[in-house]
Amino acid sequence: MSQHTLSVLVNNHPGLLSKVSGLFSRRSFNIDSLAVGICEIPDCSRMTIVVNGDEAMVDQVIKQLDKLIDVIEIEHLPVQHSVFREMVLAKVAVEASQRTELLQIAEIFRAKIVDVSLHHITLELTGQADKINGFLNLLEDFKILRIVRTGTIAVPRREES
Amino acid sequence: MQLSGAQAMVQALEQAGVTTLFGYPGAAIAPFYDALVDSNIQHVLTRNEQGAAHAASGYARARQVTGVCVVTSGPGATNAITGIATAYMDSIPLVIISGQVTTDLIGSDSFQEVDITGATSPFTKHNYLVRSARDLPRIFREAFYLAATGRPGPVLIDVPQDIQMDVFQYEDPGEVHLPGYRLVTDAQTEQLLAVKAHLESAKAPIICAGGGVLSSEASQALLELAESCQIPVVTTMMGISTIPYNHPLYLGTLGSHGLFAANYALNQADLVMLIGARVGNRAMGSAQEIARRARIVHIDIDPAEIGKNIKPHTAIVADAKSALTGLLALAPQMNTTEWMEKISAIKTSHRLPDQPAGPSTTIYPPTLMRILGDLAGPDALVTTEVGQNQIWVANHYPFTKPHTFITSGGMGTMGYGLPSSLGAKVGCPDRTVIAVSGDGSFQMSLQELGTIKQEKAAVKCVLLNNSRLGMVHEIQSIRYKRYSQVFLEENPDFGMLAAAYGFGYAKVQSNAQIEAAVRTMLDTPGPYLLECLIDPHEPTLYPVRKEVKG
Repeated sequence: MSQHTLSVLVNNHPGLLSKVSGLFSRRSFNIDSLAVGICEIPDCSRMTIVVNGDEAMVDQVIKQLDKLIDVIEIEHLPVQHSVFREMVLAKVAVEASQRTELLQIAEIFRAKIVDVSLHHITLELTGQADKINGFLNLLEDFKILRIVRTGTIAVPRREES
Repeated sequence: MQLSGAQAMVQALEQAGVTTLFGYPGAAIAPFYDALVDSNIQHVLTRNEQGAAHAASGYARARQVTGVCVVTSGPGATNAITGIATAYMDSIPLVIISGQVTTDLIGSDSFQEVDITGATSPFTKHNYLVRSARDLPRIFREAFYLAATGRPGPVLIDVPQDIQMDVFQYEDPGEVHLPGYRLVTDAQTEQLLAVKAHLESAKAPIICAGGGVLSSEASQALLELAESCQIPVVTTMMGISTIPYNHPLYLGTLGSHGLFAANYALNQADLVMLIGARVGNRAMGSAQEIARRARIVHIDIDPAEIGKNIKPHTAIVADAKSALTGLLALAPQMNTTEWMEKISAIKTSHRLPDQPAGPSTTIYPPTLMRILGDLAGPDALVTTEVGQNQIWVANHYPFTKPHTFITSGGMGTMGYGLPSSLGAKVGCPDRTVIAVSGDGSFQMSLQELGTIKQEKAAVKCVLLNNSRLGMVHEIQSIRYKRYSQVFLEENPDFGMLAAAYGFGYAKVQSNAQIEAAVRTMLDTPGPYLLECLIDPHEPTLYPVRKEVKG
């Protein structure tokens, strides 16, 4: 079992997301994350789907996705030759005594402070999933109020044709 | 040209060459039905929307065209679901048109509203919820293209009532443009050479032909390859009728209810060439074991079938006919004499009897099937329900021409046979159509007797009556050693039922009566019901009982 990242170009139809997610659930494919947004092509969206499975399962995921008429193109992104990014917003309860320590952690990871009040700080961090996981591990000493992650998005490093 | 959405729908059907619809009206599809009055398209009014979908499927299979069914929103659409899923599992080209509540009401749980595109996504090849009348011509053109090309399947178009009434300036949609739909049809030479090499190094090859051979009209090419290379052939349930039942190279149907020789050959082969077959669990329960023992060549038009249920050594993603024709042209040189001798001996020694072992006070189904086939002739179309009746037809009816066997293979849908026989007869009025059923399955779409009566469709129903759900009864007797909810002791008087619907009728219970009764049935104009009393303990699982998968 390992993680595979698929970049999927789709028609921007209402209902398309449920067709894709329905496909994953009914065929028992394990989905780690799915991020979707509009892209450079009008009326199309690009999905980044991270699946967890062996080669045979990923092969089936790709082929079954490809059968959906509204899926235009699927790319299995090579780990060594792609850029992967994810963003997290972490809202942490913090009293005056802990504030310095939290800000130090934020600085080490180059997390941004995007909201602050007397009793909490919200941090924004972008990076690969393992960096985000490391950051969140260090936050475990604090009282975490809310974690929101976008799921991974990715592009291949090669020249686009 | 100004058209209403409904007029555009009718025009699109006419342009697609549709001459017959199967359907059931309702409020949300009423504008379409009104526009249909001005068209020459024939409409068959079924008694339930499930019947409409099954009838469209039977029509499609009998004529090798796309079947069309029309239903209203809500319950009309959900009733059709079983028929849509049945067609999907067997890769039958259908276009299903459903009415939908008006656009402003969608999402408000309004009267007769259901999310049918959401509900049918898992078992349609594609579906559409139409958002503008202007899109109708393009969507209809795409739907018919998608249903019939590549791996065929059902496509649903959900049309809100207001969109059927909107008037718009019609423009021809032009060529289909679907960048997400790539058709691979022709086999590549290097792949064919790889298969040729596999064939030539094989000592014990076997061809397993599935429904894809029929849908690509590749039966003749398959027969020529099998004959020129002397490779024995087995079929899946969906592949039956690809090769004549009495062909020396044909071993019968695979699987838990298949023939011993077919399963034996599959398990002894050193090369299994799967063509248009998806390795379903009922056909090849031990696919992984077979793949460990034999080399696997898999030819299918759907790339997703390659590696799904069995990992092949070589695969060709192509239309079966193109692959088989390509292979024939390469003329593989093979010597299978020793293997054929071994297999032929097994085939002879394990032939299923078509006569009962001793004196019998009931109809012996294999005898009935043989006589039916002999008297109805090679062009007769035979539909089945699901259960023992299906197995007896599969294993004993003498099919000699492709596309003459119409059954629900993948879904195993009881209630398919009667409405699909109606569709087949409407599609092919000059051919004999026989609908074989059991007393359980006959009653599952019973209301379609009314449609058959109204259409004056001369369907010949052969009802195997054992007053129970025979196949479940058989499995319970083997596996559970007791019975649960399988007895239909209060069956209706089928003779009175036949009379109520204007069917000719006879009841037989001895094998000596079969021939005369079948002759009378076939000679009597109009629909007919032949009720055959069979032994409730007559098995369908003869050879390999351990393979039963409840």
